[in-house]
Amino acid sequence: MKELTADVAIVGAGSAGLCAAYQAATAGADVLVIDENKRPGGQLFKQIHKFFGSKEHQAGTRGYVIGEQLLQKVEESGARVMLDSLVYGLLPDKSMGVISNGVNYSVKAKKIIIAAGAKENYMAFPGSTLPGVMGAGAAQTMVNVNRVLPGQKILMVGSGNVGLIVSYQLMQAGAEVVGIVEGAPRIGGYGVHAGKIRRAGVPIYVGHTIKRVFGKEEVEGVEIAALDEKWNMIPGTEKAFEVDTVCLAVGLNPMTELVWMVGCEFDFIPQFGGHVPLHDANMETTVKGVYVAGDVTGVEEASSAMEEGNMAGVAAVEALGYLTREEAQKKKDEIRSRLDTLRSGVFGEGRRKNKEKQIADMETYKEQYKEAADHE
Amino acid sequence: MSNTENNTKEGIIYTGVPSKAELAAAPGVPSEERMCQGRVACIECVQGIPCNPCEGACKFGAITIGDEITNLPHIDEEKCTGCGMCVAACPGLAITIVNKAFNQKEATVDFPFEYIPLPEVGDEVDAVSRMGEVLCKGRILSVKKPKSYAGTAVVSMAIPQEFADEVRNMKRLPR
Repeated sequence: MKELTADVAIVGAGSAGLCAAYQAATAGADVLVIDENKRPGGQLFKQIHKFFGSKEHQAGTRGYVIGEQLLQKVEESGARVMLDSLVYGLLPDKSMGVISNGVNYSVKAKKIIIAAGAKENYMAFPGSTLPGVMGAGAAQTMVNVNRVLPGQKILMVGSGNVGLIVSYQLMQAGAEVVGIVEGAPRIGGYGVHAGKIRRAGVPIYVGHTIKRVFGKEEVEGVEIAALDEKWNMIPGTEKAFEVDTVCLAVGLNPMTELVWMVGCEFDFIPQFGGHVPLHDANMETTVKGVYVAGDVTGVEEASSAMEEGNMAGVAAVEALGYLTREEAQKKKDEIRSRLDTLRSGVFGEGRRKNKEKQIADMETYKEQYKEAADHE
Repeated sequence: MSNTENNTKEGIIYTGVPSKAELAAAPGVPSEERMCQGRVACIECVQGIPCNPCEGACKFGAITIGDEITNLPHIDEEKCTGCGMCVAACPGLAITIVNKAFNQKEATVDFPFEYIPLPEVGDEVDAVSRMGEVLCKGRILSVKKPKSYAGTAVVSMAIPQEFADEVRNMKRLPR
């Protein structure tokens, strides 16, 4: 087994991982980023819409442009990026098992940053295994990265920002979206994203769910039904649509396998996608020297993932002595202030409270751990 | 109550379209008087999203959000010249330029458009409401897509005056 070493090893070359790499490498650390995909950038290159936020968050810039700029910065920073390489194990001594082009590597790093992202939730219903039923993220990859239209007539399930944005992008790519179905009594994502969909003539069925998909070899149609207050389908409210594709935008869950494996403690926060690792304000987990950033710490969005990546990168190299306490503090204060902005307003407030709980639970854990250690 | 009863509820969180009351309360929507005096930005932003590119896009200081980034944009109708720089800058595509004084019979609406093909000057297109209903025909006056708009085209369209409060876009053209 070949051995590779680094000051900081980062799992995932998406929004969070690339920002962490940039921060750590520009401070002078030897950085190795590992990603299982053939191209870096994670989900950023699928995002063809203009981002929200302020100037500091590059608001008004399209996601893929932010990705290109970030990639350029990382290349100039001197960080090494290993693509098409799968991290299949992370042991408590912080050694990683990596397979790349059929060759096994053992990666030993002083600090590890896990920025593995999240995966799409699935939903089961009669017909859900027929070809033509797919995750909205998959459909987005098809149109925006591979330039292939998954279908001509599409029904979207889920009205969060993913469902709304991907519906819009499918129409931009030339498909027809027959409707968006939302189980909750209200639209989940930003009203302005929903507004684009509505101006394009697409109805949004709140309080509805998918009843079944029908078709012989592939999706030929779909039936939706209204829900009562207990989320049971109301007989007689069915509506049928002729479609060739059904996209599911029903949430994401963090890719925490490596975080579990290395022995980190977890929180359960449903709004963040389920089990999420405890971490402190520096993004360090309960396993010293292992940091987390981005959707793996709780599903949010690209801008906050980038800021968490910045935070983890700065904190990791501060701990290694590449930044003085003052230098690091200045950077961390700026990052914190940008994160607070992203977690504000009617849509951000809930995320801010959840993040505060996660960090508070980490403090409680540290206290208990300290007490236990004192008694020994 | 069934969840479907919400289908009849008004408001952006139920329909994706701001209600009349939400629009009336939005500090970015100019007065009827101002729209009748000529081109003015109509910012239909009604939710506290952390977002402020419109403020920076305005060279005349007519749009204010302030330090609290979740504040709704406020339009100073005296300062607004209707130049349209904010239209493409809004990531939510929530801004149009309305002019109810275009001529005796027609008003104009300038709106962001991100579909291909783009319309051409002189084309007659279907003008649509916030709900996507075709309300009337629109005549394309200009289609602008400079580099500074970052991929968003801004289309200017003349419509019969009586539809100026309702028309906000055009129907996508067949490929």
